[in-house]
Amino acid sequence: MALAQLYQAQFRTSLATMFQYRASLVIWLISQVLDPLIYLIVWSTVAIASGGEVAGYTTGDFAAYFIVLMVVNHLTYTWIMWEYEYRIREGTLSAALLRPVHPIHADIADNLSSKAISTPGILLAAVLLALLFHPTFHFVGWAVFAFLPAVALAFLLRFLVEWALAQAAFWTTRVSALNQMYFVAMLFLSGQMAPLTLFPPAAQTVAALLPFRWMISFPVELLLGNMTPQKTITGFAAQAVWIVLSLVLLRIVWRAGVRVYSAVSG
Amino acid sequence: MTPPAIHTEDLTKVYTVSEREAGMRAAVQSLVHRHTEEVRAVDGISFDLAPGEVVGFLGPNGAGKTTTLKMLSGLLHPTAGALSVLGHIPWKRERDFLRRITLVMGQRNQLVWDIPAADSFELNRAIYRLPAGDFKRTVDELTELLDLGPLLKKPVRNLSLGERMKCEIAAALLHRPQVVFLDEPTIGLDVTMQRRIRSFFAEYNQRLGATVLLTSHYMNDVEALCRRVIVIHEGRLLFDGDLASLVQRFTSHKTVVVQLETCPDNMEAYGEVISCEDGLATLRVPKGETPRVTARLLADLPVIDLTVEDPPIEEVIERVFANSFPEASSFREAGSRS
Repeated sequence: MALAQLYQAQFRTSLATMFQYRASLVIWLISQVLDPLIYLIVWSTVAIASGGEVAGYTTGDFAAYFIVLMVVNHLTYTWIMWEYEYRIREGTLSAALLRPVHPIHADIADNLSSKAISTPGILLAAVLLALLFHPTFHFVGWAVFAFLPAVALAFLLRFLVEWALAQAAFWTTRVSALNQMYFVAMLFLSGQMAPLTLFPPAAQTVAALLPFRWMISFPVELLLGNMTPQKTITGFAAQAVWIVLSLVLLRIVWRAGVRVYSAVSG
Repeated sequence: MTPPAIHTEDLTKVYTVSEREAGMRAAVQSLVHRHTEEVRAVDGISFDLAPGEVVGFLGPNGAGKTTTLKMLSGLLHPTAGALSVLGHIPWKRERDFLRRITLVMGQRNQLVWDIPAADSFELNRAIYRLPAGDFKRTVDELTELLDLGPLLKKPVRNLSLGERMKCEIAAALLHRPQVVFLDEPTIGLDVTMQRRIRSFFAEYNQRLGATVLLTSHYMNDVEALCRRVIVIHEGRLLFDGDLASLVQRFTSHKTVVVQLETCPDNMEAYGEVISCEDGLATLRVPKGETPRVTARLLADLPVIDLTVEDPPIEEVIERVFANSFPEASSFREAGSRS
């Protein structure tokens, strides 16, 4: 009950703040449209050059894939890894530590409210891209329905992993190197650069064992109708396992991080 | 006897800092061999604060004041020693503890920059789980005491420094903390605003019986609010006792002001003459000689009026920090601890 009230107040604050930053939200949106747009154009060109399709993907399939990917990426995106170092350096974390609630709640509310504001924008961009690139969709009723919890769990998983990794800022002031490594792994193994079925089998196995795929590729493929019910259940199970693991990791690094912070911050 | 609100015993904080010379060569060397040095920011200080006490915490920059406040509020883990605040161990940051304290730092932000302070207050209400009725009463009270009325609806970034500080203070006190740590609450503010905030904290202390530990560069703050002061220097406790006895202990001279008909030629015979105009002479006299000098003045000269004054408190404090005190620990006033 108290937590619900906290979220209510936090949402109000976040929304009010987000509205002050409409311009930068638009810039974020543009970058989130541009990335998949570039891959879409590249892969369509490759498909046309190789006689209409690559490994079973037609230009229409690529269009459908990257438009859905754009929406899923937007819905699961967080900026916490970029922000955390700043918080520690500028001492705003100290203010958060003095409050009798865990600071993660404010971040969850912040991220969700930014999505509430910007999602209409990304959906509009999706419609425009659909008009331009003629995607071919093969929606399946149950899969469209299952997409919603899958994308919600994907957000939760990506948020928890990135929040836990952001804690690295407690130990090093050079977190951007770690961030780069993470984002490169994400680019290849989450399906951001290409559908994972285009990768060699070994790479696909690696992708299945790591969390990235379950943050983006899984809901995308599900909505596109590429998943069997069996694989879908496996996907949900993988998401659940990774969420539990990242919760454990988060708890450990948060505690250790605060201990380091309280040992050295002056 | 009631247990103390704040208790510290041999509280110590040692930072390990890596250091290197400036320049490329040193930068490369530091990759291989890292030079670290231990800095004893707080070096075994002990004091108790009774509930409801307002105590000034004084010391030059780098004396360890902020480090101590951060340990007391739970942001820093002490290296050694014992401490408890309201019966809690601060660094455990238990919710029940955090709900009963506050730390106000000059530049730190309780408030969200882009929205009106009133909205940040609402957020704090949810964070501290304050019942609606209590919350409204507190906001009304703080609005009245700090004159916040016209400020609460404006986005914080449009407020002046002083206005923002008042809102920050209000936000930090919405949960009516029983222990208040103030780190330079009036820094950068003009004299009127300083006075306003000073009288506010006096009032807050009276109304709630809250314990207040205050650091400030402005001796006016300390004089107005604190009967007791704790002085630290280089992490060590130099003095703990009444402000009045601090002045007693650390002043070597008194100022004697004599009103005469005219300035006599031989005034130097009585002490160091600071000024003598229209028969009003100001003399600096060693403390021990004051009775003898005033007696002589009264006997020798046609004195109209004579006063003996302590030097201004700023001057005293300056002298405390300027001198080194090898016998520092002996200055502790055992009797004044309540």
